[in-house]
Amino acid sequence: MTVALGVDWAIQWLTLSAKVMSEHRAELIELDRAIGDSDHGENMDRGFQAVLDKLAQTPPETPGAALKLAAMALMSKVGGAAGPLYGTAYLRAATALGDSAEIDAAAIAEALTAARDGIVARGKAELGDKTMVDAWSPAVNAAGEVLAEGGDAVEVLAAAAEAAEVGAVTTDPLVARKGRASYLGERSAGHRDPGAASTALLLRAAATAAGFPEGPAE
Amino acid sequence: MTVGLVVVSHSRKLAEGSVELAAQMAPDVKFYPVGGTDDDRIGTDLEKAMAAFEAGLEEASGDGLVVLADLGSAVMTAESALEFCSEPDKVLLADAPLVEGLVAAAVAAQGGSSAAEVKLAAESVRFGPEPSDTAEDSQGRGEPIDSGVFELINPMGMHARPAAKIAGGLAGLDVEATVNGVDGTSIMELMSLAVGQGGKVKVEAWGKDSSKAVEYVRRLVEEGFGEL
Repeated sequence: MTVALGVDWAIQWLTLSAKVMSEHRAELIELDRAIGDSDHGENMDRGFQAVLDKLAQTPPETPGAALKLAAMALMSKVGGAAGPLYGTAYLRAATALGDSAEIDAAAIAEALTAARDGIVARGKAELGDKTMVDAWSPAVNAAGEVLAEGGDAVEVLAAAAEAAEVGAVTTDPLVARKGRASYLGERSAGHRDPGAASTALLLRAAATAAGFPEGPAE
Repeated sequence: MTVGLVVVSHSRKLAEGSVELAAQMAPDVKFYPVGGTDDDRIGTDLEKAMAAFEAGLEEASGDGLVVLADLGSAVMTAESALEFCSEPDKVLLADAPLVEGLVAAAVAAQGGSSAAEVKLAAESVRFGPEPSDTAEDSQGRGEPIDSGVFELINPMGMHARPAAKIAGGLAGLDVEATVNGVDGTSIMELMSLAVGQGGKVKVEAWGKDSSKAVEYVRRLVEEGFGEL
């Protein structure tokens, strides 16, 4: 069975992302208060509200255009490190998707890889540095595995979301080596990385928007 | 014209304050402070950075810009703005501490240095003076290929502008040069020598352009750095 996702999915994903960021605002602020500058929840909420405004002003016609619009809004409105990081991620994903009207499992996996590579290039963090890379990298790997097994676009997104959720949890015991939390050294251990947590939420929203019925495994 | 300087900070006050400080030493240099979000919270704003890059490039009319940023995400915002920039090869990001780097960059820009030299001037302050290490360094390099001792005749001695001239010129040569034991390409280290009028500077040089380097410093010193 071939499942292809169009611009409706992308708009639904971004709309759902805005809703999820708003709902989890306080939780992300709490995570960031422990090891950062406590603005992640507010920044992400603000950023995705700006995405919603842009979507309403100029409705995109392709999934790539939708992600590019989101990238520009996030880079300008988020304020913290998440702005350029997520902005670069969405921009690289948009470039990978090009102007295709419909995208399949392979295109999704490719876009996720491009997004992760963009984040790594921009933030220069590696796996295990206690950053959003610890959620993105397992997500990309899981997406690739499901694609290789012949999974469709929804299954690829679902696998990515689940792996990102597991990845976010694995940041709990880590000592931060990048970002504001790295100033805390050993004291950053015992707290979940806020960027990894928001990544898991956003990738879960992508799967839900594609019609994947189940919520997080936790 | 001179190289323009852009500051990308999380804080509007920090951007404006660091510019205020550096501008004291560089009256002819154009600064573009970018700080805070569009609603004046702490954070960085891509659109503001992009606008500053374009405004700066236009005013610098070909001389280019050097950008300094404070913490990680300001660096990332500056890098992102560079990706969208109309002339990305004219904008150099300096990896330097904001305040000290900006002052060194401002002095170098004021002295007419190129964008590459201004960037180098900013980055040379990163490690600060290491007087104890330099002695070992000199020994490791062996006897200098060329050297010279010159007496400063200009009234102000080794202040910021002479330091920038020495550092800028030496940075452009294929040489490792020290002045009284400190790195000759570091404006901050040269200034930290605090050699006054009548004081002596000893230049020691290693590498292909050793004699050029010593000659360069000799000429600057004898001309009183153009301040007589």
